[in-house]
Formats: sequence, C-alpha cells, structure tokens
Amino acid sequence: MLRIENVNTHYGPIQALHDVSVEVKQGEIVTLIGANGAGKTTLMMTICGDPQATSGKVVFDGEEITGQRTSDIMQKGLAIVPEGRRVFSGMTVEENLYMGSYHRSKAEAEKTAKHVLELFPRLEERYDQRAGTMSGGEQQMLAIGRAMMAKPRMILLDEPSLGLAPIIIQQIFDIIQKLRDEGVTIFLVEQNANQALRIADRGYVLENGRVVLEDSGDALLTNEAVRQAYLGG
Amino acid sequence: MTESFLYLIQQLINGLTIGSTYALIAIGYTMVYGIIGMINFAHGEIYMIGSYVTFIVIAGLLGMGLVSLPIILIVALIVAVIIASTYGWTVERVAYRPLRGSNRLIPLISAIGMSIFLQNYVVLAQGSRDVALPPQITGGWTFGDPSVFEVSFSYMQALIWIATFATMSALTLFISRSRMGRACRACSEDLGMTNLLGIDTNRTIALTFIIGAALAAVAGLLLGLYYGVVNPFIGFIAGLKAFTAAVLGGIGSIPGAVLGGLILGVTEALTSAYFPSEYKDVVSFGLLVLILLFRPSGLLGKPEVEKV
Repeated sequence: MLRIENVNTHYGPIQALHDVSVEVKQGEIVTLIGANGAGKTTLMMTICGDPQATSGKVVFDGEEITGQRTSDIMQKGLAIVPEGRRVFSGMTVEENLYMGSYHRSKAEAEKTAKHVLELFPRLEERYDQRAGTMSGGEQQMLAIGRAMMAKPRMILLDEPSLGLAPIIIQQIFDIIQKLRDEGVTIFLVEQNANQALRIADRGYVLENGRVVLEDSGDALLTNEAVRQAYLGG
Repeated sequence: MTESFLYLIQQLINGLTIGSTYALIAIGYTMVYGIIGMINFAHGEIYMIGSYVTFIVIAGLLGMGLVSLPIILIVALIVAVIIASTYGWTVERVAYRPLRGSNRLIPLISAIGMSIFLQNYVVLAQGSRDVALPPQITGGWTFGDPSVFEVSFSYMQALIWIATFATMSALTLFISRSRMGRACRACSEDLGMTNLLGIDTNRTIALTFIIGAALAAVAGLLLGLYYGVVNPFIGFIAGLKAFTAAVLGGIGSIPGAVLGGLILGVTEALTSAYFPSEYKDVVSFGLLVLILLFRPSGLLGKPEVEKV
C-alpha cells in the first residue's frame, strides 16, 4: 500500500535520511523504531511531502506521491497523527474533529464522528471544550479521532505514546489495533519499542537515518541487538 | 448637564466613529499576521484604493443622473469591495506567495515595495492632488441645551457605526461558524498541521488577504464619505494608525484589533479636544511605544509561550 524506495531527505546541508526503503502492505501494522534523532519523524513527514525527498520515491496505492504538494497527498486516503499531537488548542473538540473531515460531506462526516465518539467516550464528554484545556491523553485521542475523520485507508502515527501515563498508552495501543481490525493500515513510529513491536506485524529499525534491520515484530522483540539497544536488555 | 460633560460626549462620539474605521482596517493587519506571522505593509494602500473607487463610482453614478442615495451607496460598496479584494489577492500572489519560506524580512520588503508601487500607480492614474466629493449624507441628530453646548450625532456617523458593526458581526459569524472560517482559525494556530489535514493553506492565506482587503474597502468608503476628500497618500497614515490599533489590541487577535481601534480613536479625539491638535499623532504613536515597552503582546494578545 505504501512503498518508500531509496529515499534521501535533507534539511539544508544536513542529510537526515539515507537511502531508506520501507514497505507497508494493506492491512498491516508496521512499526519503525529508533532512538531520538534517528530520523523517524523525518521519514513520516517525507511521506507527507513536507519536507520533500531529495531523491527516491514514495508510492501510495500504486501512485507516486513524491514531489506532490502536502495538501494534495493528504487527500488521497492518508492521514497523520503527528508528533506532539498538534491539536488546535483554541478550537473545541468538535471543531478539531471536523477539521479532519474538511473535504467530506457533512452527512458522511457525522457518521464517522459518531464512530469516533464511540471509540473515545472521553471526547464526547469534552465535546464543546477547547482542546488546549484537555490532558495529554485526551489530546492524543483527539488527534487520532481527527485523523480518523478523513476516513483514511492508512494512518501514520508518530509517537502516539509520548509523555502519556502507562494506562493511557495501553488504551491508545488498543485503539490502534481496533483501527487495523476495521481495515485501516497502520504505520507506527515509536520510541516505546516494546509495546509497538508487540502489536506490529513487521518492524524496521532506523539508526542515524538508515534502516539497519527489518523483520517481523516477534523476531525483532527477541533479537539480541534490538533488545540491547531499544528494549532495555 | 454641564458644558464640559456635553463636550466630552461629543468627543467620544467623534472618537468612536474614527476608531471603528481604524478597527476595520486593523482587522486586515491582524488576520494576515495571525496566519502568516507577517505585517502586510501594502494594506493601507488597499484602503486608499477602496476610497478612490468609492469616489469614482459615486461621481460616475451621479453624472449618469442617478439620484437614489441608497442605490448609489450599495453599488459603490460592491464595486469598492470587489476591486479592493482583487488588489488584496494580487498583493498576496505577487509580494508574498513567491517568497513563502524565505527569510521573514524579504516579504516585508516586497510588501513595502508593493505599497510604494500602488501609491505611485494611483498618483499616475488619478493625479496627486486632493479629490473632493460633496457630502452625500447630510443632517443628523442634536441634543443638549443649545445655549450651553449642543452635541451632534450626524447621520454619516450613525452610518459608520452601523456599517462597521454589521461588517464585524458578519466577519465573526464567518470565522466562527463557516467551514472556511474555521480553516482560517486552524491556519492561524498551526499552518503546517492544517496542511497535513489536506487543506490547501495557500488558498486560506489568499482568502485572508481578500477578507482584510474587503474590510479595508468598507473603511475606505466610510471614511471617504466622512471626510469628503481623498488623495493617494491617505493610505500611509491610515495604515500606520490601524497597525498601531492592531498592536495595541494584540496583533493576531480580532477582538483585540477592534478594541485597539476604538481606544486609539477615542484617545485621538480626546487629545485634539483638550490639547493642541498637533499632539494627536504624538499621543497615539507614543501609546504604541508604551505598549511595545510594557505589554508587547497587546491588550488581548496571547503572550508568546515557549513551546516544549
């Protein structure tokens, strides 16, 4: 469904990604793990076209999206839950959700909204509240809900567990699996490698902007090098 | 009621009248700043063009023998808004969009260039001398004892109050309720994220310039009728005043721009009423300096928070 082929990305003179190739197949949960600064977020954002890859190809659903404008790419059935959530803090939960369904008809968006609120009852309680006044976990739920509002076939999640309490993290990971069961393909970037690999079909390890390892989730969980570097021994 | 009290009332009426037009222009500055973080230095010129178009349309319709004032005003308003919006959109396309992502100083300079260009373009097309229009809306209400002090509230002032109030209400509804208005707010909070939701932020930015220009055109029409005189240079000082109002209220905040405009208008009216009127601009720009020194985020603006 998503194929990243030999992508290089630069920030000015600094090269952040070196020849990265990743594939996510329809219906899979694929995770990308790596340390801080390894280039995980850069890869996510390169898929979205912001920044653009300097060379290489990104193919989504058979269509090459490299070089296209971010706002066009994000209308093709791809949605992102970005690092740091980035909810619109001055807007209500309702307004935030409907920003996610900007290009859909009101009737269709309402159907999806109902589904999102079933999945996240907390958002229903906070429906008219401004997003900036909510807890980090609630904001993360809102960011996921907002992404769902576009009814995407694939969701990119960038560090959804960052800064959250363990019980909330568990909830978020349950939701991710639920989304996959509903047919949404998931590409998950995580520092919380343990939990991410447990729910992932396959995983990639990114180090200094290069993919150094690629295997099934289970295999990576038991891989000695991965255990040493990312799972605390 | 004493004379001094009635005199004060009169100054407040005058101040709120001018202040509400400052507010209309200030909203354009504040909306553009809110969304791209830059001051549109050509905004005052858009206001000036709005005033000119109003004069040309009214003179033309009167020349054609049309006498119905409401129709003349409505046609002038529509034409002024359309033409000014086109200029606003063009400013964004020519002076801002090609420079998106470059150093912040560069679009600032190109906008100043745009401002100089528009000013001189109007000088060439219309001449640099004052153009006058006889008062179209005359008469008004008066109250107070004529032997003490008579307060007058002209129909023209009433029109300015009503028109600015209606325009601002329409803007508020648009921003808070409509889909595109929400996109404007989303852009001003997080442009990149709005883009990541598949929304063409370039279009939202263009829309912001168009809305700001339309409001400036309304102000151009109202102030043009109020003063009865235009020249190609009125945009400069009006732009500075409105910019001061926007900073005073907190740049980026629409209610702030309105509040800033009203405060500035009243301050000016009171200064010229109780001191030599040459001090008017000294006081208003002095106010700007004070605000920048002691409350840089303005009255209603949010202080910059360090992002973690």
